[in-house]
Amino acid sequence: MNTKEQCERFIDIMARFTVYTGIYLPDDIHAKLKELREKEDSALATIVYDAMFEDMKLAGESHRPLCQDTGVIQYFVQVGTGFPLLDEIEDCLREAVKRATILGPLRHNAVEVFDEKNTGNNVGKRIPWIDWEIIPDSDEAKIYVYMAGGGCSLPGIARVLMPLEGYEGVVKLVFDQITSYGINACPPLLVGIGIAGSVEVAAKLSKKALLRPIGSQNSNPRGAELEARIEAGLNAIKIGPGGLMGENSVLGVHIEEAARHPATIAVGLSTGCWAHRRAVIKFKADMEYETISHKGAIL
Amino acid sequence: MSKKILTTPIQNEELESLAIGDIIYLNGYLVSSRDDVHQRLIKQHKQLPVDLAGKAIFHAGPIMQEIAGQPGRYRVISIGPTTSMRMEKYEKEFIAQTGLKLMVGKGGMGQDTAAGCREYKAIHAVFPGGCAVLAANSVEEVEAVEWLDLGMPEAMWVMRVKEFGPLIVSIDTRGNNLFENNKKAFNLKKEAIVEEICRHVDYLE
Repeated sequence: MNTKEQCERFIDIMARFTVYTGIYLPDDIHAKLKELREKEDSALATIVYDAMFEDMKLAGESHRPLCQDTGVIQYFVQVGTGFPLLDEIEDCLREAVKRATILGPLRHNAVEVFDEKNTGNNVGKRIPWIDWEIIPDSDEAKIYVYMAGGGCSLPGIARVLMPLEGYEGVVKLVFDQITSYGINACPPLLVGIGIAGSVEVAAKLSKKALLRPIGSQNSNPRGAELEARIEAGLNAIKIGPGGLMGENSVLGVHIEEAARHPATIAVGLSTGCWAHRRAVIKFKADMEYETISHKGAIL
Repeated sequence: MSKKILTTPIQNEELESLAIGDIIYLNGYLVSSRDDVHQRLIKQHKQLPVDLAGKAIFHAGPIMQEIAGQPGRYRVISIGPTTSMRMEKYEKEFIAQTGLKLMVGKGGMGQDTAAGCREYKAIHAVFPGGCAVLAANSVEEVEAVEWLDLGMPEAMWVMRVKEFGPLIVSIDTRGNNLFENNKKAFNLKKEAIVEEICRHVDYLE
């Protein structure tokens, strides 16, 4: 394949994988929802979980987005320096979004700031959002697709705390935000927390925390312990599906961190709704691919 | 137990028998109305292109598809509720000016909307969030679209629905508010839980 043919194949696969992301939840989220559903017996929690599973079934059967808010499309790209389309990825992903918008169809979710016009094709200034990680000595590319819905983006917050507010300040901020805004964001939620020295790093890490698979742990033993404590604590509040009370509140709590400044503890919070549209695909240099988040997906 | 179904135009008497936590369904007219529609009526004083009296509005921004060969005619692909709280700022006045009887969305609304429900006899109910294909399946027909210049999510889509639900009543005509009650309960539990976690996070040297 020449570069043009490789681009065409890459765009086509990414367009179809982006559409797929809106129809089928990843394997880990699906399994976790099943586990949480089995623990519920109240009338309201049962009716909400029944609706969720019926919706997932209908979406798969009719090949339609399971939630109408197919979000602002974000791609988190981990690309090897030797990947043949390194120069072309950005243009290809923008083209993939345009095609996915028609193919899906996806909702039109890119509104230009100041002009306040919906572009109608999900492409706009700096959108799709692309986050880059460059991997040395690799000719592969791993791409996370994330559909950032409005509802689950609303509870997002980032603040810079003073060190003497301590990690206690982090815990308080998370609980205050989840019990006030989180209940409207389609729980059970996946909670992503970033801790760093400045606000943009903390915010970005909180979103990256949402990309980790359910059941994974922070690499620092204290971080892993704090994840478990916050998860157990939020579950003990029993927010339930849809905020209508139930036996649990969250799908999980993930923390990612970067070394901080001695004078600051910045904290970021991002939330994912139960319909956590996060998917991962890996390309080899010959454009063969593997759908890591959805085993055996047929695009 | 038989399904409790409301049919538009909805009468006050039917609403007055409902209480928070009840599960109901809707037949008749459901019109999507979210941020920009509220903005245009209440802040910009534009006249609504759809009469909402006795009808239901849906806090929702759907995915619609134009039917091939029928310009201006649409079918619904996916339509779930959006966060109702965003409309809190204008909703009481919106109820007063339109005479709507039912608001459907997700999550709770605040005390102004609850006051509006009490004063003008209306209710707010939630459709399970994210369940957009389930919701789309009870839309019989998209009869019209107005204000499409706002873009697909913000336009007013006039739909005829059949047994649209389940809808869980979250604010009733007495102004009772299910989510505000739940929030109070969550916040009561929160303090002790946060305190306990904070006993274990004194990492600073």
